Amino acid sequence: MAIEAQPQMPRVWRAETKPHKFCPGCGHGIILKALGEAIDALNIQQRAVFGCDIGCSLLAWDFFNLDTIQTHHGRTTPVLVGLKRARPELLAICYMGDGGAYAIGAQHLVSSVSRNDPVTIIVANNTQYAMTGGQMAPTTLPGQKTETSPYGRDVELTGRPMLGPELVATIAPSGAYVARGTVANVVQLKNFIQKGLSNQLKGRGISFIEVLSACPTNWHTNAAETWHFIEKEMSKFFPVGELRTPDGEQRQEVEHRGRQP
Amino acid sequence: MVTKPIKGEQRSFMTGNEVIAWAALAAGCEFMYGYPITPQNEIMHYWTRLAPKYERGFLQTEDEISAGFTTIGGVLAGKRVFTATAGPGNVLMQEAMAMAEMMRLPTVVVVTQRGGPSTATVIYSQQELNLTSFGGNGEGLRIVYSPASHDDLFSYTIKAFNSAWKYRFPTFVLGDGYQSKMRAPVTLYDPEERGLTMEPCYPMVGLPGLPGEEREPAHLRNTYNLEEELFAILSDSIKDYESMTPEVVEWEATAIDDAELLIIAHGIVSRAARAAVQVLREEGLKAGLFRPITLRPFPVAELRRLTGQARRLIVVESAYGQLEKMVKTALYGLKIPLRSYLRPGMGITPEEIVQFAKEL
Ligand SMILES: Cc1ncc(C[n+]2csc(CCOP(=O)(O)OP(=O)(O)O)c2C)c(N)n1
Ligand code: SF4
Ligand SMILES: [Mg+2]
Repeated sequence: MAIEAQPQMPRVWRAETKPHKFCPGCGHGIILKALGEAIDALNIQQRAVFGCDIGCSLLAWDFFNLDTIQTHHGRTTPVLVGLKRARPELLAICYMGDGGAYAIGAQHLVSSVSRNDPVTIIVANNTQYAMTGGQMAPTTLPGQKTETSPYGRDVELTGRPMLGPELVATIAPSGAYVARGTVANVVQLKNFIQKGLSNQLKGRGISFIEVLSACPTNWHTNAAETWHFIEKEMSKFFPVGELRTPDGEQRQEVEHRGRQP
Repeated sequence: MVTKPIKGEQRSFMTGNEVIAWAALAAGCEFMYGYPITPQNEIMHYWTRLAPKYERGFLQTEDEISAGFTTIGGVLAGKRVFTATAGPGNVLMQEAMAMAEMMRLPTVVVVTQRGGPSTATVIYSQQELNLTSFGGNGEGLRIVYSPASHDDLFSYTIKAFNSAWKYRFPTFVLGDGYQSKMRAPVTLYDPEERGLTMEPCYPMVGLPGLPGEEREPAHLRNTYNLEEELFAILSDSIKDYESMTPEVVEWEATAIDDAELLIIAHGIVSRAARAAVQVLREEGLKAGLFRPITLRPFPVAELRRLTGQARRLIVVESAYGQLEKMVKTALYGLKIPLRSYLRPGMGITPEEIVQFAKEL
């Protein structure tokens, strides 16, 4: 299901740079469509600043009609936090991969969450380092083959998949919005992203949305296998749903479908 | 506009770190980002005490990587901002400074050098010259000032903001632990009352007008696909750097006209060297001093001209040949014997320099 097949472009998309630079079937394009629609719905094009990381997210440096900063691997959050502190009226969107968020940028993520920095962080979880050719990431599934786990991820040696939203939800102060969406449910994803952006608009605290994303290029999957991997394999480890919503500050019921202990 | 902290001229007696905090305030700096490290800490301590009184901001970050990148965020927002660090923190700061160099972002960093390598001492050195001038995976397209006194700390911290925003190269004030911790007299002033216009700051994102409709969006990047693309960008930066150089270079020459023995030293060591020149002169030796104030860009043409009739050169530094290497590069092709007094991580007294010069 390539993004090119989808009819309507969000208003904030930059037509001149479409078709975009992601591989066919890539999840990044779907996430950025949901983000674009959320920005349109909230009418915040004038105030939003988009930051992308190094990783395939960098290919979005000219994706939107938004002021955009392409930063370093794992450093998008501190750049936008610095910006937001200096210009609180702007809306800071930090877009990155799972490697950028949970490995090289983990100390920034944890610290921003504990400070409740008023930014919106969106992480594309494709279970590996895509841009560098498909190495193991903190999110790689047990037994999953990557270029640096060619015999499958050995959890005894390299640990289990990192649960980003769960970590964030555990340490975030009140006012945080935390969710995990998936490119397999775009309507829900747009809703999560929109809530995350609203949370920043309302000045309540940090918002964090992980998205289960697709990388058919490095997974070496066809369309059917790609969707199967997201919906049947990834979702076993990464339950989709809202983990923290500032309204009522209640931990929401997360789908525990098939979750392994 | 933020409230002015200094009116008229104020004679004070304070530590170098306090001077730097006042200088940043006087320069109209609006935000500091930082992470604790000795001997820089008191810059943050004074800043956090003074900042709320003058409507300025502060963020304590999780490390110096973040301090560097949040500083970049503040610059992109169009604010006059800075950070300060030393030693291992300066090492971590370099990733962000490489991005600033690539994207021509006017970051300002105060470095208070401590002993190295590694954690070494929290006291003093001149060992961060290479790192501050050429750190990062680039060409050292930076401006580095080396102050030698509290008055220098004040005026070069103010100047750092102006040079950064005028030329858009990352700018550093390369101090040291002695200057930071020492109490000394200083004159604080408001730059505008002295006729100094502060270079205006402007946002690079979050601009007025609807992006894509009323104006082009700002699409700022540091990644390029083609060798030729990168080469074109770097060639422009190098051209700007070279054409800025004659305007930016600063140096100080003492007793140089008839000097046969020329001592070259920077920062606080240049003060010991100046005292040594006086003693050597009293003892009949025609000694002189050349002190580079900008270490990047280095005053190459001036040093070559002023070494004119010198028969011997001495480089003196609290490092193992970092300044010496810059001097040798600057003097390439000239055939003047050069000896160096190199004391990595150690303070240097005038007596040591006098003795070294006499033993030559
Ligand atoms: C400091 C640093 N280390 C390593 C790299 C190389 N690198 C570029 S992208 C990347 C991984 C990207 O993975 P992820 O963040 O998951 O994004 P994806 O490409 O999967 O969307 C790495 C390691 C780099 N650019 N900078
Ligand atoms: S390599 Fe993977 S993540 Fe990167 S653009 Fe291609 S499909 Fe998307
Ligand atoms: Mg990834």
